[in-house]
Amino acid sequence: MQRIGVFVCWCGTNIAGTVDVVKVAQTLANEPGVVFSADYQYMCSQAGQDMIKEAVKKHKLTGLVICSCSPRMHEATFRKTAAAAGLNPYMVEIANIREQCSWVHKEMPIGTEKAIILGKAAVAKVNLNAPLTPGESPVTKRALVIGGGIAGIQTALDIADAGFPVDIVEKLPTIGGKMAQLDKTFPTLDCAACILTPKMVDAGQHEKIRIFSYSEVTDIGGFVGNFHVTIKKKARYVREDLCTGCGLCTEKCPQKKVPNEFNLGMDTRRAIYIPFAQAVPKIAAIDEDYCTMLKTGKCGVCAKVCTAGAIDYKQQDEYITVDYGAIVAATGYNPISMDKFDEFAYSQSKDVITSLEFERLTNAAGPTAGKLLRPSDGKHPHTIVFVQCVGSRCSGADKGKEYCSKICCMYTAKHAMLTRDKYPDTDVYVFYIDVRTPGKNFDEFYRRAVEEYGVHYIKGMVGKVTPDGDKLVVQASDLLAGKQMKIDADLVVLAAAIEPDKSARPLATLLTASMDTNDFFTEAHPKLRPVESPTAGVFLSGTCQGPKDIPETVSQAGAAASKVIGLLAKDKLMGNPCVAHSDEMMCNGCSSCEKVCPYGAITYADKEYRMPDRTTKVRRVAVVNEAVCQGCGCCTVACPSGAMDLKGFASAQIMAEVDAICK
Amino acid sequence: MQTVTKEMLIAKAAELLDNGSVTRVFGWQKGEFDYDVTPALFHSAAEMEKDFVWNDFCGANFSKYLIKDKGEGKVLVFLKPCDTYSFNQLLTEHRFDREKVYAVGIPCDGMADIRLIKEEAGEGVTGVDTEGDELVVHTLYDGDIRLNRGDFLAERCKVCKSKKHVAYDELMGDDGEIADSARFDEVAKLEAMSADERFAFWQNELSRCIRCNACRDVCPACSCEKCVFGNPKSGVENKAASDSFEEKMFHIIRAFHVAGRCTDCGECSRVCPQHIPLHLLNRKFIKDIDTFYGEYQAGAEVGSRAPLVDYTEGDIEPSKAVERGGANA
Amino acid sequence: MQVNEGFKPTIVAFCCNWCSYAGADLAGNNRLNYPAEVKIIRVPCSCRVNPMFILRAFQRGADGVIICGCHPGDCHYTSGNYYTRRRMSLLFSMLDYLGIERERTRLEWVSAAEGAKFAATMNDFVEQVTKLGENKRLEDLRCKQ
Repeated sequence: MQRIGVFVCWCGTNIAGTVDVVKVAQTLANEPGVVFSADYQYMCSQAGQDMIKEAVKKHKLTGLVICSCSPRMHEATFRKTAAAAGLNPYMVEIANIREQCSWVHKEMPIGTEKAIILGKAAVAKVNLNAPLTPGESPVTKRALVIGGGIAGIQTALDIADAGFPVDIVEKLPTIGGKMAQLDKTFPTLDCAACILTPKMVDAGQHEKIRIFSYSEVTDIGGFVGNFHVTIKKKARYVREDLCTGCGLCTEKCPQKKVPNEFNLGMDTRRAIYIPFAQAVPKIAAIDEDYCTMLKTGKCGVCAKVCTAGAIDYKQQDEYITVDYGAIVAATGYNPISMDKFDEFAYSQSKDVITSLEFERLTNAAGPTAGKLLRPSDGKHPHTIVFVQCVGSRCSGADKGKEYCSKICCMYTAKHAMLTRDKYPDTDVYVFYIDVRTPGKNFDEFYRRAVEEYGVHYIKGMVGKVTPDGDKLVVQASDLLAGKQMKIDADLVVLAAAIEPDKSARPLATLLTASMDTNDFFTEAHPKLRPVESPTAGVFLSGTCQGPKDIPETVSQAGAAASKVIGLLAKDKLMGNPCVAHSDEMMCNGCSSCEKVCPYGAITYADKEYRMPDRTTKVRRVAVVNEAVCQGCGCCTVACPSGAMDLKGFASAQIMAEVDAICK
Repeated sequence: MQTVTKEMLIAKAAELLDNGSVTRVFGWQKGEFDYDVTPALFHSAAEMEKDFVWNDFCGANFSKYLIKDKGEGKVLVFLKPCDTYSFNQLLTEHRFDREKVYAVGIPCDGMADIRLIKEEAGEGVTGVDTEGDELVVHTLYDGDIRLNRGDFLAERCKVCKSKKHVAYDELMGDDGEIADSARFDEVAKLEAMSADERFAFWQNELSRCIRCNACRDVCPACSCEKCVFGNPKSGVENKAASDSFEEKMFHIIRAFHVAGRCTDCGECSRVCPQHIPLHLLNRKFIKDIDTFYGEYQAGAEVGSRAPLVDYTEGDIEPSKAVERGGANA
Repeated sequence: MQVNEGFKPTIVAFCCNWCSYAGADLAGNNRLNYPAEVKIIRVPCSCRVNPMFILRAFQRGADGVIICGCHPGDCHYTSGNYYTRRRMSLLFSMLDYLGIERERTRLEWVSAAEGAKFAATMNDFVEQVTKLGENKRLEDLRCKQ
């Protein structure tokens, strides 16, 4: 049986004005378990708290009911008071007789009656309270960043600069991501490589950063502060410790017909390659799909020319396991496939290209050395049509995406402006549904394209593109003029929607992190915790969370890093003790709880039990990871047997409150 | 008329016992009369020759018995089409080890309801034989009475939802189809009543409950290690005498606990000694789930996500749900 | 109110800690009146509300039960209220099927900023339940007339 002390606060006249506090204290003194009852002007004051501490000692109290303001106001205060008096802080319950009683009712008898009932409910609950201790777990002071684009690089640099070791896992042979493929960046028009490559070098040389390029995460176990991650280092057939990145092999390799993915297949590379000149790490890799030596055993030219002796045709995939305290997903995006958009003749004509291909065509390091030439015949195009929202903002989403890809309006304005700037003899048309340019200096930028550079912006969608000789006949509607248009274009550029990288969904499964229907990672809270996943210890950086441009990506990357730093700076994690707990003897192992848990806090274990009939049996039972559980209690209702309960808000406690109120 | 005979089932069991595929057999055992059939575990063909029975009264669904089954080797279980749904649902909930079971699917032409037969035939029924579309009821006082079999099927069989097996290792006879059944008609009839009429209906039905727990004990979905009504920590554990909560809310809570997991096998109503139409509670949940969240048949496939452990962002609000649920205001 | 004048119903309100309980506090801060018949039980999330709690309240003499949670999409625990919505849709529909007035149960989304909505909701709900009068039905469900 508890020995409960009841403390009724006047809160000056805030409570005492509408509630007869003396009567409340006297009535509650008769409740079961109550051995002490008092009222005081300001319970939260030092004198009030001292009164509580004295009463705890004098009356050997085991539980406290404070009838006062909202627990959202002073629950923490009174828990500290209890702890100072030697009680477990979770032996305190608050009856909210101010915000939910004296302030909303006007008449003393009504307020008093309700305050008594609220007090009784709190007493009934405390009678069933048990001391709770928050769980502690150590923190591995190392972070993992998955994805080596600008988001991953920035996150890694920020974490490393704070003094914590970071690993970047990148599936391609180099970090850099999509930004490395871009030409200029809006709205300032500085060159992407000029601002990105120094950061790549910083990441490559940082003493706290390790880069696992050409690698993938294959398994993740553990929980916040204590993740165990298996990384597969794919065989690149080049020893990283020996390769100097001289590039001789990539010039001598006789297999020249490999589509160059860095230039989106618009030119070719060799079977042994370094993706681009500024790659980090600058280490060659052999493409096993094309290497004659690996396929037939005949060639070996690269090994012959490599003075460092770095070529190793027998290299195998290598698996390593590393422990981390925090994981950042920075898996990025890709333009969607244009397969379903045949009305734009993408598959029929080489001169219908995506915007990312356009970036490569205008990039000095691209297939045309920066000259804007048609892929089909290498001629300079004189009429260019840009089509916006290709696959974005589609209703129904059977063809494209329902969301706005966010970056297309701005990069198209950039493309149109740069084209007009460099080739004033070119006619540039942009077909749009809406132009969305909310961002610092964004709208000014777009208006410059229209007003200073004479780009023809036409509100309306392109219906069809038909190749006709060396022209592309673009049929479109001009919604503002209310007429149909036909343009003979030399080049058509499609602003393809962007979608999360295909690796994101399997990664989310490994992380038990949630995703939306579009495969973007979900935030822990869309407004207040935008860079955290609901899964504790997992953070989100860049476009894996939603479409965003470079400045937004970098801000989010920094925000994710600061959250990681905050986590890694702790030596121990103190959990919330009000977590779910499963009574293993009652658990059916049915997985209902696991399915509703938003945090992946519930796993299953096969455990051996001594049964009542003296046999032993292996049973599948739910196990709650207290470090991960956030205490929502959803599992307790999903559990048919009632094996799952929530500490601090146990079923029996809530039932007791219900009974007290309904009596 | 059942297309697979008792002899065929015994022969199949004997074959599997002989070649060591299984070591024991869940089957129906005859009682004092042919129609008093109880579930039993057989260990040999000889035992089966003696007591095993397969007739129009073999309603018992063996799926639940697999949870507590223990012993070396595999157990043979005969599953009627409706039983296979419970079988799958329990697999979804990881309640038994699939590797320990050899499931033989057998076609079912519906099971007769002895209560209906006795109501018609009166006192002293000593046995019932099936001849084609007729039931021949042997009685002490009136001799043999011939009844049209179709009229005396159990309610759940008259509105059979599926003659198709959704799980088995081996199938005897031909598989049937999923039926477009009228099983929600009774629910709709209740919904069409006024609220007062509905309350009167349920008060009349539920007031007969003697809390024998037969419905709970037979139900494949109600297979908790320990029932909340027997758990002191749940806050609802108490003997009926001292706490009326348990008594009054038992059936509602039970129906809610199995909502989304109940396959509508109808065993609860079959075993109720007080003839309470308990399946009408479960079917209301199934009907509502179908209406609110799209058709869902528990047990149709292993691993499906039950509607109550799932959601969509555009789900119906309870205020609208109550209206769409179809009941009269 | 013409009917049941003088009748004071017992109302249990389950409020999630993050939105609705804070909304109720805000109603207090702004001194927005609602009837004292409403007694609030704090739960971490609306998804903590077990249908058993609701039935228990009715059986112990509650005349109305209301559950308040964060608006869909705003759950502190991301998805708890979505499960609540499904559970309560089915439970309320079942209670209705049993012949218990549907006006005695309600699920309402109240954010931490909606003190006024909280007070208005409670005023409306209490008025609605008062009109219905005392709830005998669930208590009597198993008793012979």
